[in-house]
Amino acid sequence: MSWDWEAARAFWPELLHGLGVTLEATALGALLAFAVGLVWALAYRSPTRWVRWPVTAVVEFIRNTPLLVQLFFFFYVLPTWDIKFSALTTGVITLGLHYSTYTAEVYRAGIDGVPVGQWEAATALSLSRARTWTAVILPQAIRRVVPALGNYVIAMLKDTPILAIIGVLDMLQNARLEGARTFQYVEPFTMVGIAFIVIAYPASLLMRALERRLGH
Amino acid sequence: MTTGLWQHWLLPGIWVTIQLTVYSAAFAAVVAFGVGIARTSPLWIVRFVTGVYVEVFRGTSALVLMFWLFFVMPLAFGLQLVPMWAAVLALGLSYGAYGSEIVRGALAAVAPAQREAAVALSFTPAQRMRRVILPQAVPEMIPPFNNLLIELLKGTALVSVMSVADIAFAAQLSRLATGASLEIYAIILAIYFVLAFVLTRLMRLLERKAKAGLGQAPEKGVFPRRGARPGTALPAGGER
Repeated sequence: MSWDWEAARAFWPELLHGLGVTLEATALGALLAFAVGLVWALAYRSPTRWVRWPVTAVVEFIRNTPLLVQLFFFFYVLPTWDIKFSALTTGVITLGLHYSTYTAEVYRAGIDGVPVGQWEAATALSLSRARTWTAVILPQAIRRVVPALGNYVIAMLKDTPILAIIGVLDMLQNARLEGARTFQYVEPFTMVGIAFIVIAYPASLLMRALERRLGH
Repeated sequence: MTTGLWQHWLLPGIWVTIQLTVYSAAFAAVVAFGVGIARTSPLWIVRFVTGVYVEVFRGTSALVLMFWLFFVMPLAFGLQLVPMWAAVLALGLSYGAYGSEIVRGALAAVAPAQREAAVALSFTPAQRMRRVILPQAVPEMIPPFNNLLIELLKGTALVSVMSVADIAFAAQLSRLATGASLEIYAIILAIYFVLAFVLTRLMRLLERKAKAGLGQAPEKGVFPRRGARPGTALPAGGER
């Protein structure tokens, strides 16, 4: 085992650059996943099966196929339809769409967990459908699923290195480039691995604490 | 898509993906049960070491771990693994860490009275685990293991980055050969979906068998509901 502190120091600025991109991809992907997942969750509740069935089929398909292949799909197929995005944008869209199928389940569990009495009370007060959702159901449903959503953000963080495969300059891609340039692979890859643990472990502790706090 | 591509890359690719999934799942299961049971050990050092293992492998990214095994292990320790086995090691270790949390959660969920009854009947700790705790805990583990198995199947696509000739790798080659991206990736995604579907059906069968012994029936639905009820949700911080 040979650890070269000089190489580690040389990679440090690159690691920080990569970290910025990793966090950016995670944050944007998470926002997209939260928004799209809510759309899926509401569509599950649609009164017509012409909405419910296709949405269920699409969501199950996306969830049961690999993120990497979906990423290739968007990266190589979208340009043939004259839709041109940067690698990072493609990555964020794929990541967000993939994880929206997970957040949809989380929202659904949250919505199912709202007591029936709340629905009945909303009906009794003759609130409109939109008011019932925005003022009664969703605030209660989302509150109790915050830790579960947080856990998926951590999972997304750990999946962002996949974007390196299409050339997004995240931590892993920077480590690959550094390795190719200097033939020092040990330090960059080890540092990236540790960086993930250093971020993900405290974050998951936070989610566990939040979960206890919300009484799950 | 020409027949040549099917014959030489896609069909062998499907076989490689199946092999990777089976080997990694077997390895991950061994790790999951070993570590999951060790985490209930009365010795603090055993609990501590296995706890560190779980947090490290759950904390880092599977792809980064794979790169580490491919590029760092040979340089740092002089250990060069065949890509296929490095992939199995990486997948098995990281999904084993997730699986150990499922095992631990299911063991903890067995009613304390069962353990106490076994103690009262002066079972040895090993008998207690084998005859009382595990038969009740295992059926509870199957639905979350099913979720994890699908994640593992999806995770095997990562090995294509290391030039292991699985389906995703075959897709890349076919794309370079024919340029028909849409067609190829649509087919590949469909193949993964079918594999996931078959795995889910098999796990359902297993669940039905295991739960029949306890007088329970599995949950309805084509695919498992993730997080829909406490029993099927992965444990806190499971993130999968």
